[in-house]
Amino acid sequence: MSDEVEETRTSDDQQEMEDKVISPEKAEEAKLKARYPNLGAKPGGSDLLRKRLQKGPKYFDSGDYNMAKAKMKNKQLPSAPSEKAEITGGHIPTPQDLPQRKTSIVASKLAG
Amino acid sequence: MAGPGGDMQWCFSQVKGAIDDDVAEADIISTVEFNHTGELLATGDKGGRVVIFQQEIENKSQPQFRSEYNVYSTFQSHEPEFDYLKSLEIEEKINKIRWLPQKNAAQFLLSTNDKTIKLWKISERDKRPEGYNLKEEDGRYKDPNTITSLRVPVLIPMDLMVEASPRRVFANAHTYHINSISVNSDEETYLSADDLRINLWNLEITDRSFNIVDIKPANMEELTEVITAAEFHPHQCNTFVYSSSKGTIRLCDMRASALCDKHSKLFEEPEDPSNRSFFSEIISSISDVKFSHNGRYMMTRDYLSVKIWDLNMENRPVETHQVHEYLRSKLCSLYENDCIFDKFECCWNGNDSVVMTGSYNNFFRMFDRGQRRDVTLEASRENSKPMQVLKPRKVCAGGKRKKDEISVDSLDFNKKILHTAWHPQDNIIAVATTNNLYIFQDKVN
Repeated sequence: MSDEVEETRTSDDQQEMEDKVISPEKAEEAKLKARYPNLGAKPGGSDLLRKRLQKGPKYFDSGDYNMAKAKMKNKQLPSAPSEKAEITGGHIPTPQDLPQRKTSIVASKLAG
Repeated sequence: MAGPGGDMQWCFSQVKGAIDDDVAEADIISTVEFNHTGELLATGDKGGRVVIFQQEIENKSQPQFRSEYNVYSTFQSHEPEFDYLKSLEIEEKINKIRWLPQKNAAQFLLSTNDKTIKLWKISERDKRPEGYNLKEEDGRYKDPNTITSLRVPVLIPMDLMVEASPRRVFANAHTYHINSISVNSDEETYLSADDLRINLWNLEITDRSFNIVDIKPANMEELTEVITAAEFHPHQCNTFVYSSSKGTIRLCDMRASALCDKHSKLFEEPEDPSNRSFFSEIISSISDVKFSHNGRYMMTRDYLSVKIWDLNMENRPVETHQVHEYLRSKLCSLYENDCIFDKFECCWNGNDSVVMTGSYNNFFRMFDRGQRRDVTLEASRENSKPMQVLKPRKVCAGGKRKKDEISVDSLDFNKKILHTAWHPQDNIIAVATTNNLYIFQDKVN
């Protein structure tokens, strides 16, 4: 049995080496998939685009917050998925993790 | 391009901005643009401010001719706003500035953030009236009974004052984030593009806008690509192009129909399916598209290369220039630190013979199309002695590193040059690092 596993590993290594010779891109892809096994198959797909469309900090919304709290009471929160696997918009901000609001406007240093 | 006999030798001219390493987010430069004569150079930053520099021409007949750009005007273009309905902050960051061609004494420019475009008038005042009959010099009204004679007020010279005033505000037309604005050659209209839609405006009318491209799918789950940049053709007022996150460019003709969802031309380079990887689509996303000045070509910038397209040939670019191919074996870490999503811009020189774009480590690249040569230069404080010639830089991709080379692993990916601009007529370039603006000049100007 251990022989079989070893064999598979060697052929994988060989494939990886071949890929590296053929394409550094594919080698990088293998690296990424090794670090984030939950990564979806469609990289440029709707998940990535929707994350892009939603750019901008989300602020504390008491409605969202209380709805999320109510949902949490019924079922357990799933373990926080790696950022790369899910759209960040799913996270409800709590008062603790809000970014500070901006300070007052000052003249540009380019004009100084 | 550095070399003997008539080749370009780039020299340091000026640097604007603070020296300290601690960069305030508001000071991050987000756009750089020369006006149509090159006399004015505008910058926009993340803090919503615009700074305009004006070229002071020293004696042009002198051999060591140096033109200096000094501050002409600065103003707060956009302020942070809050969308209460979506609980989202609207950044004041200036995404793009585009100048209008000059028609009278005043200068006009369009500046935009994610949601709102503004038309700014920049005008000079160098005279003021003196000698009113009914008012004192300090503005107080005189007692009419004390006035015994009449005089004509005169205009007397005063210190130059440059005033910027918002003349139009084009708001509430974009659900998604505006990435481009482009003034039409008809000088009456302009377009604004966001991730999914492009709108056509008349410069005089702010309460109405025509939607000319809409790629939003009925079901957002089916979304596969977004609009990344758009530009009007420099001479044909009916033609514009827009690029996508999938590496395609569509050319549209507004005479064909009111809604230009159907393209007239589709520019796409076929891809070898066996080379496809997880990163293929991401690195093919076009971050900038620019027509050549002569209107016959267009240039696109994707993550690793610059491509030049002949408008008459849709199936492949006529030229491909590698900006930093050595990054192909670093894509995994560039994806993890989000650098793979950096949006680099590109620009043409005045006669379309050279193109320029930025890279990391404060490097920028120039590709001479005619001479088929390219050079890597660096914008840094170390090379900022007056008229100091910039030495070409070289990145070592692997193997033995030569003396003056820098290895890929030593590159600073936080020092990115995303925005560059080329004077429309002369060999003067403006290169923006994170918070500094460098101006370089060709030695033999």
